[in-house]
Formats: sequence, C-alpha cells, structure tokens
Amino acid sequence: MAAARDVVMPGIARPRWTPLEIVFWLAPIAAYVAFPDRRLLLSQIFIYGLFALSLDLVLGYAGILSLGHAAFFGAGAYTAALLAQHGWTEPLSGLVASGAVSAAFGLVVSLLVVPGSELGRLMVTLGVGLLMFEVANHASSITGGVDGLTDLPIGALLGRIPFGLDGRAACAYGFAILLVVFLLARRLVQSPFGLALRGIRENVRRMPAIGVDVNQRLRIVFAVAAGIAGLAGAALTQTTQLCGIDSLGFQRSAELLIMLVLGGAGRLYGALIGATVFIVAQDSLAGLSPDYWQFWLGAALVALVLIARGGLLGALDALRRRVTRGKR
Amino acid sequence: MRTLIGVLFDGVAYGSLLFLISLGLSVTMGLMSFVNLAHGAFAMMGGFLCVTLMRRLGISFGLTLPLVFVVIGAAGALIELGLYRRLYRASALDQVLFTIGLTFMTGAAATWIWGPSQQPIALPPSLHHQITLLGVDFGVYRLFLVGFVVVLAALLGLGVARTRFGAQLRAAVDNPQAAAGVGINVSLLFSITFALGTGLSGLGGALAIDVLGLDPTFALKYLVYFLLVVVVGGPGSLKGSLAAALLLGVADVAGKYYVPQLGSFVIYAAMIILLVVFPHGLYGRRA
Repeated sequence: MAAARDVVMPGIARPRWTPLEIVFWLAPIAAYVAFPDRRLLLSQIFIYGLFALSLDLVLGYAGILSLGHAAFFGAGAYTAALLAQHGWTEPLSGLVASGAVSAAFGLVVSLLVVPGSELGRLMVTLGVGLLMFEVANHASSITGGVDGLTDLPIGALLGRIPFGLDGRAACAYGFAILLVVFLLARRLVQSPFGLALRGIRENVRRMPAIGVDVNQRLRIVFAVAAGIAGLAGAALTQTTQLCGIDSLGFQRSAELLIMLVLGGAGRLYGALIGATVFIVAQDSLAGLSPDYWQFWLGAALVALVLIARGGLLGALDALRRRVTRGKR
Repeated sequence: MRTLIGVLFDGVAYGSLLFLISLGLSVTMGLMSFVNLAHGAFAMMGGFLCVTLMRRLGISFGLTLPLVFVVIGAAGALIELGLYRRLYRASALDQVLFTIGLTFMTGAAATWIWGPSQQPIALPPSLHHQITLLGVDFGVYRLFLVGFVVVLAALLGLGVARTRFGAQLRAAVDNPQAAAGVGINVSLLFSITFALGTGLSGLGGALAIDVLGLDPTFALKYLVYFLLVVVVGGPGSLKGSLAAALLLGVADVAGKYYVPQLGSFVIYAAMIILLVVFPHGLYGRRA
C-alpha cells in the first residue's frame, strides 16, 4: 500500500507547498497592512478570486465552457440576501446555506449541461444564466427586480466584528473563505478525482476504457463549482449588505471568463491572479465612463486570444522555459 | 381569433427577420464549426449604417438596403480574412473569448458614436400604414418583410439545390476534408459564403430597426436568439434555420403577448428544453 502511494505519476501537481506559494498567501496580509484605506477593494479581490476559482474547476480542469456561471453566483447572492431579509442574519450559517442551495441548483443544471456537445453546453449554460436573470427581474416582489435588495441586516462576524465601511471584517471573512476553499480545491484537483477530470479534458473517449464514469465526474465537479460560486455570491452580499441584479447578468459571466483566462486556466493560482489584476484594473479605470471600460475589456480579450494564450501564468511559464534553455 | 391571427403574423414577421440575420451564423457554425458570438454585431452595424446613410446623406430607405448589404458583406470578408481565419483551429474557448471581445468593442464604439439611446427610423410612407384583410389589421411593413424573406429563402434554396456553388457548399458542410479532397477550394468557398452571410445579417439589422429597435446593446440582446436559431435548426441547414426561426418568432411573440409577466422567460425555457430534447437540432444530421 505504502509503495503504491509513493509512486510519482508524471504530470501530477506537486502536493508540497513551495516557498513561492507561501509568499503568495502572505501577500494579501501584507496588502491588508500596507493599504488600510483599500480594504474593501481587497475583500472584493478575495470574493472574485473565489468565483474565478469556481470557474477554473469547471473550465480549466473539466473543460466545460460555461457562459452562464453568474447564475450560481447570483443564486448564492440572492439566497444570502433573502435569508438576511427574513431574519436569518448570522453570516456564517447563511453563507453555508447559500453555498448548499447553489450546489443543489448546480447539480440540477448539470443534468442538462453535461450530456450535451460543446456547443450545446455553451448554449444551455448561457440559457440558464439568462433564465435566472429573467426570474430575478420579473419576480420583483421577492427579489426587488432591477433595484435588487438593499440595506440587508447582516449580523456581526462570530457575533463580534460587524461588517463596516472600514472593510476589516469583509477582508478577514473573504480571506478566510478563500483560503479554506482553495485548500479544498487544491486537494481536490490533486486527488484521483481531479486526475480523472484532467483525463476527461484531454481525451474523453479513453476515460470510460479505464473505468471512469465521465458524466458522473462532470456532474460532481459542476455541482461543487456551483457551490463555490454560490459562496462567493453570498460573501459579496454579506460584505456589502446589498444584492444587485447585475450579480446574475451576462456581463458578470463574461467578466469572470476574462479574469480566469487573463490569469491562466487550469492552475488554480491563475484564477486568483487574474481576479486580482482585473479588479485592480477595473478600480483604477473606474474614472472613465463604462463604455470605455467595455471597449478596453473587449480589446483585452481580443489581445489575449491573439497574443497571450495561457494567460499571465502561461506567459510566465514560457518566459521561464526560454531563460532556462538560454542557460544551457 | 383576430388576435390569434395577429400574433401569428407578428411572430412570422419576427421569425423572418431572425432567419435573415441568423443564416450567416448557421453557415459559419456548420461549415467551419466556428462559434461566432460577434454575429449580432454585424447585424447591428448594418442597422447603424442604414440610419446614418438616411440621416446624413438623405438616401431613401429602399436604396440603403443594397448599400448596407454590400458594405457589411465586404467588412465581413475583410474580418474573415484578417482575423477569423487564424482561429478556425483554435479551441471553442478562444473563439468565444475573441468574438465576445469583438462584440464588446463594437457595442462600446457604437455608444461612443451614436449614443446609448434607441435610434428612430423614418420608414417611407408607403410602408408605414395598415391594411385590413378579413377583418384583421396587417402592418404593410411586416407584410413586406415576410414577402422579402420568402423570396430570398426561395432564391437561396434554389441556389443551394441547383447551382454548382450550392453543390460545393453542401459537400463542404457535409465533410470539409472530403470536399477538399475532390478539389473544392473550401477556404475560398467559405470566404464567399461568410461575406454573403454577414451581408445578409447587416441587411437584416437594417430591416429590423422598425421591429426590434436599434441601440448599442442590440448585438448582445439578440445574440441568444440568433444562436438559438442555429442550434435548434441544426448548423448549416437552410431548411432547419427557417423552421427554427419561425418557431422561435411565433413562440416569443405569443409568450410576450399572452403571458407578459413572464417576459423572455418563455423563450429561454423553450431554448433549454429544445436543446436537451434535440441536441443535434430539429434537422440535425449528425446522430
């Protein structure tokens, strides 16, 4: 048994923590101390990083192209908002409940998404996203319609730290959720389950031959990712005390794709780096009108596809390969 | 009964427009398996071109239509040669990202140039009144639309069935490798078809101003409908696209007329059900 466990399979991610990873996780703490007036922004980075991580599991590891991932983000966001509105103001249990609702919703949607072709999956996820937007838009007596739900009563974190404008609670909350989920996701993609996902992405036809139930694995990862997206949505609702209809919009799904692809899909860290770069860029360009922002967003996408496939981390890898080859 | 006929007629007129705009997308997806989410942007630019020609140069509506067709078709050909051609072998993700990017850029540029509001259009008076047949009012413009698309569909159907070009096109949609193997220049064939398809979608965008409206969000707002026509009809199928477009047009208009509180809910739900029940489209050949 022990011998079998020690066998190193090529291509498996290193299970040990590298110094670079530890530095990576210390960086947000440094940012928290160094930029005390930008803590709300930092909490946004954690939350969108979490959301991008969720898409990375679906797209980067399982290879399912989802154009409606905001449906699950929104499902979590609205669940948390409705819970708070109806008196369940304790944040942690609300967060878990929202994640569970979103995961259950994801499992139902996965039954429709997984069996289809690539184009079919793209269309069904797009359709589910638009459907959810229409539901939230028209059921305005429950969801607040276009205005969303505002001034939600969210209880203090652990009964002590209230979510205030200084962003301290939001930061700690977002960071804790991100770290826990990341550790679980890291474990997941290195497990046999994660390897099976990568096998499915690389060659769907061969996987049944080695005894993998392809559709079952895809359904599970889709539901898990939907749950994570729901956690992100709920965390956004709780830290901002409001829930807008844009959390369900197509733009949100498209921006999420951009974050992930910008950082580099299929490597977990790419999602976090992409989200960081995206949120910081969005914040520093917020002075421009939204149309300019949309234009440059589009231009960035076009440039990414034409020039930098693999995202920032992919480009970094290519650079590193070139440097090491130069040394020899 | 009267309202039923009215709703059916409006649905057919709407479906005709969808068919006109979606045809080019169907060919792109059927022939090159290229996921072109920027297709709605071509239609939108057709609409803006039509409005600008009428307003700035005082050209009549009828005369702008051929101009729009030619200009948008030529623009499509240039974009195909310069950009899309690089991405035929790329993954669906790359294609989706690239074409969403183009759509965002077009939408933002259109807002910058024409402003975010709905564009008004002054149709010629001859198209702008109602006639009453058997006690039901029909808008002349919509009759014109339906007639136009019927004639066009018949011509295209004949072209595909009877001409040498049509035979080559059918062969290439069925099996591009084999078609290239018997000496058909598939990439040239595709460039020509792509230009024709974008020209038609530009034309559709111009014709759609009075029915669907025109503002910078047009490309994203109606993208789902265009995609839906293609996916439900089966990519690359003329007959399938026509059937799907009419079906969707009627379903959407009827849904919004009879259950307005649901809005677009009906069409999105119908889309998901159709996709799950007919994963290869109504006329899909690949089983």
